[in-house]
Amino acid sequence: MNKYVERLYNGLVKENPTLILMLGMCPTLAVSTRAMNGIGMGLSTTAVLILSNVVISLLRKVIPDDVRLPAYIVIVASLVTVTELLIEAYLPSLYAALGIYIPLIVVNCIILGRAEAYANKHDPVLSFFDGLGMGLGFTIALTLAGMIREFLGNGTFFGMQALPKGIDPIGIFVQPPGAFLVIALIIAIQNAIGIKTRQRSLVEDGCDGICANCSARCGKGQPEEVSAK
Amino acid sequence: MSTNLILIVVTAALINNVVLSQFLGICSFLGVSKQMKASFSLGMAVIFVITIASAVASLLYDFVLKPLGLDYMKTIIFILVIAALVQIVEMFLKKTSPAIYTALGIYLPLITTNCAVLGVALTNVQNGYNFIESVLCGFGTAVGYTLAIVLLASIRSRIHEEDIPAPLRGAPIVLISAALMSIAFMGFSGLSF
Repeated sequence: MNKYVERLYNGLVKENPTLILMLGMCPTLAVSTRAMNGIGMGLSTTAVLILSNVVISLLRKVIPDDVRLPAYIVIVASLVTVTELLIEAYLPSLYAALGIYIPLIVVNCIILGRAEAYANKHDPVLSFFDGLGMGLGFTIALTLAGMIREFLGNGTFFGMQALPKGIDPIGIFVQPPGAFLVIALIIAIQNAIGIKTRQRSLVEDGCDGICANCSARCGKGQPEEVSAK
Repeated sequence: MSTNLILIVVTAALINNVVLSQFLGICSFLGVSKQMKASFSLGMAVIFVITIASAVASLLYDFVLKPLGLDYMKTIIFILVIAALVQIVEMFLKKTSPAIYTALGIYLPLITTNCAVLGVALTNVQNGYNFIESVLCGFGTAVGYTLAIVLLASIRSRIHEEDIPAPLRGAPIVLISAALMSIAFMGFSGLSF
């Protein structure tokens, strides 16, 4: 398989960040009340992820190893601020719907995770496709959860009335508990048909195995690396 | 005035629970809640860091960013301040009270990327809270986080003994437990007066 296509396949299916690796759960749970919100959040994150992957990959030989995490955080935070201002200016309704979750893209584990695990070891073009694949994988998962919650909880499909009049939607699905339930069911269905999640099981000492999120430098964890062959 | 302040704490801790209704800090909520003791330590570390971070972020916003018209820089500044703050707190504790330092252990550095910390700082700014309100809101939020994670940890220790249908084992049953907790916490919305 072409190595660029392989990156896309890896992000979309094999290592889908939300459904398989279970990263970035906060935005997944929070903004999936509507399918459109899922798409908006997913694409915003994808944009940041692609740019941060490319920038970090370009700078990978310049940034000293010791201060790489602060450097990544500054790069990601700047890109997020740019994205936030653009959304505020051109898509005010999306800005209102996503609210505080747009600036919080900075602390999305997927972005720092990819920077640490992929972009700082590979060339910009591959990193671009890695960001695109991971971002779209995230978008698809968010939109899927959003579609289910919107349909069950509000009786609509992308804003169009889908349930016939007279059938009441189950309101709890657009409220916070519904988020946990829908994600739980999606993962349970995956388990039932034999797709394994690879949640980093959080070991006793609180290490979640993602060294990008941690400054302890225990040297114990391996950043999740994919043999990109 | 004082009822208003109490209301901020109660709202932050129970009504708008940071984990169960705002969905911040989910990663550590799901990850660390396997063990009661670890959850409690993490909760304490979070209370410590969030309270200090909200205070610093609030001062910085009111006295530096706003007068200079650098409002749009708040995300970048806050995340850097939080990262630096965690380091400083860590070094300070290591020197002055090794007992607390050992108790908090690895959880302290882990908190930097806990989105609840940045989330609270941004919410405070968004709501236009003053210094005291920000600190109280931060404290309340962190107490709410601790409450949620300790409760989930105790539920999980019981789940562990049960015979759960195979597809639900692992993450799904934990999320379903969280959903039920979230329903219970929705009851607190009756408190908003």
